[in-house]
Amino acid sequence: MRSFAYHQPNAIPEAVSLLAEQPESRPLAGGMTLIPTLKQRLAAPAALVDLAGLPDIKGCSNGNAVVTIGAMTTHAEVASSPLVKSQIPALAALASVIGDPAVRDRGTIGGSVANNDPAADYPAGVLGLGATIVTSAREIAAENFFFGLFETALKPNEIITAIRFPVPLSAGYAKFKAPASRYAVVGVFVAKTATGVRVAVTGAGSGVFRVPQMERALAEAFDPTAIAAIKIDAEGLTSDIHADAGYRAHLVTVMAKRAVATALGAA
Amino acid sequence: MGNVIGIGASPRRKEDQRFLTGRGNYVSDIKRPGMAAGVFLRSPHAHALIRGIDKQAALEMPGVIAVLTGEDVAADGLGSLPCGWGITDARGVPMKEPPFPMLAQGKVRFVGDMVAFVIAETVEDASTAAELVKVDYEVLPSVVGVLDAVRPGAPKLFDDVPNNICCDWELGDKAAVDTAFRKAAHVARLSLVNNRLIGNPMEPRAAIAEYNPGTGQHTLWTTSQFPHVVRFLMSALVLKLPEHKVRVVAPDVGGGFGVKQFHYGEEAVITWAAKRVMRPVKWVASRSECYVSDRHGRDHVTEAELALDEKGKFLALRVKTLANMGGYLSTFGPNIPTNLYGPLLSGVYTTPAIYCNVKVVFTNTVPVDAYRGAGRPEATFVLERIVDVAASDMGIDRVELRRRNMIPKEAYPYQTPVLVQYDSGDPIGCLDGALAAADVKWFGTRKAASARSGKFRGLGFSTYVEACGLAPSRFAGRLGARGGLYESATVRVHPAGQVTVLIGTHNHGQGHETTFAQIVSEKLGVAFENVDIVFGDTDRVQFGMGTYGSRSLVVGGAALSKAADKVIVKGKKIAAHLLEASEADIHFEAGKFSVAGTDRAKTLGEIAVAAYVPHNYPLEVLEPGLEEQAYYDPVNFTYPGGCHIAEVEIDPETGAVTLVDYTAVDDVGTVINPMIVEGQLHGGIVQGVGQALYENAVYDESSGQLMSGSLMDYCMPRADHLPMMKVATHSTLCTHTPMGVKGCGEVGTIGSPAAVINAVVDALAHLGVTHVDMPATPNRIWRLIQNASLPIAAE
Ligand SMILES: Cc1cc2nc3c(=O)[nH]c(=O)nc-3n(C[C@H](O)[C@H](O)[C@H](O)COP(=O)(O)OP(=O)(O)OC[C@H]3O[C@@H](n4cnc5c(N)ncnc54)[C@H](O)[C@@H]3O)c2cc1C
Repeated sequence: MRSFAYHQPNAIPEAVSLLAEQPESRPLAGGMTLIPTLKQRLAAPAALVDLAGLPDIKGCSNGNAVVTIGAMTTHAEVASSPLVKSQIPALAALASVIGDPAVRDRGTIGGSVANNDPAADYPAGVLGLGATIVTSAREIAAENFFFGLFETALKPNEIITAIRFPVPLSAGYAKFKAPASRYAVVGVFVAKTATGVRVAVTGAGSGVFRVPQMERALAEAFDPTAIAAIKIDAEGLTSDIHADAGYRAHLVTVMAKRAVATALGAA
Repeated sequence: MGNVIGIGASPRRKEDQRFLTGRGNYVSDIKRPGMAAGVFLRSPHAHALIRGIDKQAALEMPGVIAVLTGEDVAADGLGSLPCGWGITDARGVPMKEPPFPMLAQGKVRFVGDMVAFVIAETVEDASTAAELVKVDYEVLPSVVGVLDAVRPGAPKLFDDVPNNICCDWELGDKAAVDTAFRKAAHVARLSLVNNRLIGNPMEPRAAIAEYNPGTGQHTLWTTSQFPHVVRFLMSALVLKLPEHKVRVVAPDVGGGFGVKQFHYGEEAVITWAAKRVMRPVKWVASRSECYVSDRHGRDHVTEAELALDEKGKFLALRVKTLANMGGYLSTFGPNIPTNLYGPLLSGVYTTPAIYCNVKVVFTNTVPVDAYRGAGRPEATFVLERIVDVAASDMGIDRVELRRRNMIPKEAYPYQTPVLVQYDSGDPIGCLDGALAAADVKWFGTRKAASARSGKFRGLGFSTYVEACGLAPSRFAGRLGARGGLYESATVRVHPAGQVTVLIGTHNHGQGHETTFAQIVSEKLGVAFENVDIVFGDTDRVQFGMGTYGSRSLVVGGAALSKAADKVIVKGKKIAAHLLEASEADIHFEAGKFSVAGTDRAKTLGEIAVAAYVPHNYPLEVLEPGLEEQAYYDPVNFTYPGGCHIAEVEIDPETGAVTLVDYTAVDDVGTVINPMIVEGQLHGGIVQGVGQALYENAVYDESSGQLMSGSLMDYCMPRADHLPMMKVATHSTLCTHTPMGVKGCGEVGTIGSPAAVINAVVDALAHLGVTHVDMPATPNRIWRLIQNASLPIAAE
């Protein structure tokens, strides 16, 4: 690690201006990804702007069939939130299978979404539920937020403050974990909403993506058998030491079926 | 006054008081006055020439104290890192032994090879300065796998090592084996890979070195399993320092598993550097650094054949292995896949003829050396897998085939065709114990239940024998050991009767402070709490070979037992004087020296007082004091053995394997502390399960980069990967160790990989699967199922 300046602002505009003043600075949330990166000297920001002191960007609330989760809410808080568990149990379930207890106690939804790791869980929930990312500057639909492999629509001095999730009719998340990291080899989030079915896949490719073919099939019959025969093209999917692309393609179908089964069980 | 807690009891571990309350004293906890920080610059390339190193920019950085490279090492005329074993090929030609410089000399041979040592005021400065050292590399083609390395035209690591073969070693009667194969009714064949592993002890390696110009004394604190051996190898052979001027301290060490039983270049570099800069210097490896510098384990490619008669009796075994040594020979490197592998191929069976050929091969990877089990898990894996293959080929039940070939209890001592003679054992007893404990009778019902939920269930058996308690020095010397393998212990009875033991083994998690104290408590009748065990400091402990190869209790405990006996012998002389009786009439029991047939007695405490305050004492014939030392050189290896049974369930949709049950019945000889033995078995089994299902060190074939270079990519087994295990002992006593002990440190790791993989293969047997390489990852299993079910899918 190299030395860096450390700021802990207590208002969002202050955080934004600290980031703007110092081009080499980065927001710090749970630090579960950022700190190891610094330790390995893969990044050496001049300053860290810790978001922990900001008011109103932590916790879960609801209204108008929307659950709003503050950016600094930890995975453990989402997993155990009575509100999330009753409104969108699949999202609480997703948070409960992220990493291990230590990671869940520190890692935040804002950090996870901003980081957009291709194997992270939240992007599947955010895209699968058609959520909205609320930042210090604007609101961005999930559709327009994730750009693949650690890239997002965020500007350098833009801070995610909350994510707004529309409450679905039912939803399910199924994840096949990488045994070492516990990130998703493949994770599939399926949501049945008033406007249709959404299927979002993480882990399989360079970023989260939807599967229209499955969405159409499930819109006709929301049942695992409806998609059992759908084969995903392995072309363009990730191959690494943990799983080859063909296997990942196969897992997408398996996990999608299991997510649907969970959604049916939970509905 | 506390109590005697002796052999067979399970007191809480003495050492846990400090470990569990954060009072441990690890190398990285130690701070020396004026200490500077050192960082190693390591090769990013698997194979490259070093055309030049420009240290200027680094040296100019504020806070930088020195940048040392291979040129400085050469200028100081220092030696290379020694190999402790010299093996020879079938014709007696010694192995190729190229130098292993402590800092690279003109060439790097693996990613992680050390190029420079940067010393600065802080770790941060040293790390930044290391980035400023400009190394001009000419990258060469590299080779990481053994099959590729021996191919004609493969990149050569050393100019004078043709085909990268360090030694073409063999063992056994080739002609007898060939004859037996010609007569065989059936020959089972198997090709397999024993996957490369990374030990990952919880504490990363670290070292601090300090030089005292006033006394000329060097001190090295290091995360080592054998500080005396480090002192000898480093002073005598590498740095050419007088041994009496070098102190090596291995304080609390957070796990070793073999990874810390080698003399590493870092130790020599930092000791040498501390004198050059006249400052204490500290280096602590990061986890990432450990991945590319801790010695790796296993990495074999093997072809095996088993000849059987029509009744399934084993006639002969033929094994050909290519063993990866990595870029250089590490301390025990060439010994592991040869002497600790070939002689174990007899297992618990009466196979009359065995031939084993091992080509020991250099590649552009981290040097490979001992890792828990070291050679013996590899041998067990080959043998126990091919027995299953033979059983399935011949349609004989797997358990029945094993039973037919097992050495009966009455046949011990049993001479195998591969050098070793087993003193004791009862394989059939272990097998029967395990069959009952694993509830094998009802496996069919469980399998049917799994099938109803769409899962494949499998049962796997493994038996094994391990040669441990390294080692009889003379025997080891004939096999190529360049050192002795005895152990030493001193029992110091203090004037007030408490006891300090100074022992040459090293405790880094095994519980020696407890086990050894129990031995002393029992033998001398001293309260358990009044015995302390000292180890890990060459200035306090007389000498020692350290801890590895399940040797501490077997060899160190024997030395301790011998030293305690000497205390009793001297105590009897003192008691005879005090009690005015003849020495022959003095009887020692439960801490009391008494005159036979009388109630006259002296306690050990009273004897100690007399020995240290010798007013009424036979000074003319006896020295004062009550402290005795013993060295013990074992007469044979010990041979723990046992039977392990694994039960797995496979989800055919994902290929995921779940270990649902595990049973081990092991013969470890006398059990000193059942709780500690159980802990060793659990840990050992888990490491074997790790190899079977999760762990894999993967190198990229073209770049030679380690792909599984972090805990995010290299999967260590975790609690939720494992079922509750059933472990039990079924012991026969070792006939040649003082207490009948055999050792238990590695048994779990030796029996488990084969048991798990045999269970996985069993679960897939209906698809025609006959072998699964380790680790049995979901992807690999799914592919096997896909390939196997292709004809079905095509219907
Ligand atoms: C061992 C381990 C296992 C893990 N397993 C999983 C897993 O199974 N599934 C999974 O999804 N994740 C996993 N993670 C990731 C973890 O859950 C966190 O989500 C992730 O590390 C990022 O969250 P954080 O709060 O720690 O962010 P940080 O590490 O603090 O920040 C990450 C990045 O996001 C930026 N950032 C943070 N907050 C904001 C914000 N509000 N606005 C704008 N930018 C921001 C930072 O500048 C930084 O670039 C794992 C991590 C570890 C260490």
